[in-house]
Amino acid sequence: MLQDKDRIFTNLYGQDDWRLEGARKRGDWQNTAEILAKGRDAIVAEMKASGLRGRGGAGFPTGLKWSFMPKKSDGRPHYLVINGDESEPGTCKDREVLRHEPHKLIESALIASFAMGAHAAYIYVRGEFFNEAVHLQTAVDEAYAAGLIGKNASGSGWDFDFFIHRGAGAYICGEETALLESLEGKKGQPRMKPPFPAGAGLYGCPTTVNNVESIAVTSTILRRGAAWFVGLGRPNNAGSKLMAISGHVNTPCVFEEELGVPLKEIIEKHGGGVRGGWDNLLAVIPGGCSVPVLPKSVCETVLMDYDSLRAERSGLGTGCMIVMDKSTDIIEAIARFSRFFKHESCGQCTPCREGTGWMMRMMDRMVQGRAELDEIDLLEQVTRQVEGHTICALGDAAAWPIQGLIRHFRPEMEERIRQYKAAHGGTGLVQVPASGVPVAAE
Amino acid sequence: MNTHRTPQEQPDSFAFDSASEAEIVTVLAKYPEERKASAVMPLLYIAQRQMGRETGSAWVPVAAMDEIARRLEMAAIRVYEVASFYTMFNTKPVGRYHLQVCTTTPCWLRGSDDVVAACKRATGIAGFGETSADGQFTLTQVECLGACSNAPILQVDDDFYEDMDGPRTVALIDALRKGERPPAGPTINRCGSAPEGGRKTLMDSVHSISENK
Repeated sequence: MLQDKDRIFTNLYGQDDWRLEGARKRGDWQNTAEILAKGRDAIVAEMKASGLRGRGGAGFPTGLKWSFMPKKSDGRPHYLVINGDESEPGTCKDREVLRHEPHKLIESALIASFAMGAHAAYIYVRGEFFNEAVHLQTAVDEAYAAGLIGKNASGSGWDFDFFIHRGAGAYICGEETALLESLEGKKGQPRMKPPFPAGAGLYGCPTTVNNVESIAVTSTILRRGAAWFVGLGRPNNAGSKLMAISGHVNTPCVFEEELGVPLKEIIEKHGGGVRGGWDNLLAVIPGGCSVPVLPKSVCETVLMDYDSLRAERSGLGTGCMIVMDKSTDIIEAIARFSRFFKHESCGQCTPCREGTGWMMRMMDRMVQGRAELDEIDLLEQVTRQVEGHTICALGDAAAWPIQGLIRHFRPEMEERIRQYKAAHGGTGLVQVPASGVPVAAE
Repeated sequence: MNTHRTPQEQPDSFAFDSASEAEIVTVLAKYPEERKASAVMPLLYIAQRQMGRETGSAWVPVAAMDEIARRLEMAAIRVYEVASFYTMFNTKPVGRYHLQVCTTTPCWLRGSDDVVAACKRATGIAGFGETSADGQFTLTQVECLGACSNAPILQVDDDFYEDMDGPRTVALIDALRKGERPPAGPTINRCGSAPEGGRKTLMDSVHSISENK
C-alpha cells in the first residue's frame, strides 16, 4: 500500500492551505524553470518512461499521447485542453484536485503545454463544480500575479496562458471531441475520428486532451523522476492513482493509492469495510458506472489496476468504485444507469439515441419482472447492437453495465420474472406496455 | 436527450447590466477574437445570473439568447440549441432556490430517495420540475454530480450540501426559507471527502516534495 511519503496529492482533503503560499510549502512551483530547461523532448521522454496511463478512464499512455503532437508548428497554435468534466457516476476524484490542489494542476499544465509547444491551455470544468472553478480561478489569478504563468512564465522564457471554461451539465462533454465542440460554443456532440485532435482539435489546431489527474501528476513525476513513479504499482500499471469509494461502505472517501493493490484491501482500509461486514458484499462496480459489475467472488482476489480488471472483463475506468451490499436491488441499480445513459445520450447516432431508450425501458420492466425469460437474451442482443456502432463510446458505456448484469446476475433476473408471473397469476405471456411497443425516441 | 418547451410568457427585451458587461469583457478575452462563439456558454450563464439578480428567478429568456447571438455574431438558432442542449441553462423560470437532487445510483444507494421525499414534504412540491406555490423553490432531478463519496448530494443553486439525509434536508430548506444560507459541504463530521471521523492517510499535515527526494 502507498506510503505517505509517496503521495502526490498531499492536500487532498483541503486540510491545509490550497492557495499559493500553501502550495509552495508543499513543493509546487519550486524551480519550475529548471524543469522546462530540460527541453521538450526530455520531458516527453521522461513521461513515457514513467509509464503513466491516462487517468480519465481509457488508460492510454500519456507520454505517448503527447508525442503525437507536431514537433514544429505549421503556423497554427497548439493547445492543451484539460478534461475536468468529471461526470461518470461514482467518480469524484478530479473535484479534489480542482478545489484543493489547483496550483499543482496549473504548474503541471504549464509543463505539459511547454512539452507540446502550446502557449495556451483551456480547462473544461463541469458546470456543477462552480465553487471548484472559483478556487481554480483564484489560483490562476495568484499564479499570474506572481509571474508563474503569463508572459515568460516562471522566468522560463515560455509564454503561457491558462483559461477556465465551464460546462453546463452534459455528461457527453467528457468525451474529448464533444468537449472540443462544446468549447467552440456548440452542442457537445462527438466528432468523427480521424482527424484526431493532435492533427485537428480545438479550432482546427493541434490539440491534446488530458484528464485533470493525468496532467496534475506531471510536475511531481518530473521532480521525483520516472524511476520513482515506475517503482510504484505493477508492470504496465505504474504509479499511484486517485481513487474513491462510494456506496455501502462504512466510510466512503477519496484517497490516493498504489495501482495493483487488492480491491478487498482497499475497501477494508479506506472504506472502513463493507457495511455489515465483508460477507454482506454483493458486488462492486470498480471504475465508474461504464465498467461492468464484479460479483463478490471476483472481488475477493482481484487487483485494482488496468490489466487485472481487464482480465476479469471489467475495467479500472476512473478508479472510483461503487460498493453494493446484499440489501441492494442490483437490477434497479443497473436500471438507474440505463436511465442515466438515456438522459445523457447526445442524440447524434441512431443506435445510441434509440438504443439507450430501448435498454432503459427493458431494464425498467426487468426491475419489476414484467418480462419473458427469453427477453433477457433479447436485451443482451440490443446491447450488442448498440456497442461499437456509435461515433463515441457512450453507446458502449450504456451497453456494458447491462452485459455485466446479465453475465453475473442472470439467476436474479430470472427469479424476478418468475416472481412477477406468480404474483400476477399464471405462466402466460406478459402484457406488453399498454401504449404498445415504443418505436421512436421520447 | 431532453425535450424543451419554451414558455409562452417571455420578456420583450433583455439588456446586460453593468455588472454583466464587466464579466463579458473578462470572458471574451479568453478566446481568440475570431472564435468568440466559444463565449456562448459563459454568456448564457451571465444572463441567467443577471435574471436571478433582477427577478429572483435565474433563467434565460429568448430575448437574452437573441442578444447573445447579436453580441457573438452567431445565428440565433445556434444559441437556442446550445441553451436547450445543456441542462444547466434554465429555459423557463425557476424558484428563488433551485433544489437539485442527485438520484443516480451512488446517491440512490446512500438514500437519495429520502432526500427527494424530504424536499417534497418541506416545500409542498409534488413532482420533479415543479415550483412550490410560494415561488421559492424549484425541485429538479439531476444526474451524477461528481461528489459520490459524499453522497447523497442536494445542490442548492451553486452549492453542494453533502452527506444528506431526510431530517437534515428539511432543516436546510427551513433555513433557506428564513433567508439563511447554511455553509455548503459535508453535513456530518468529515473534512471534505476524507473518511468520516478523521483521515486515514496524509497523517503529517504538510509534505514537501523536495524533502522526499
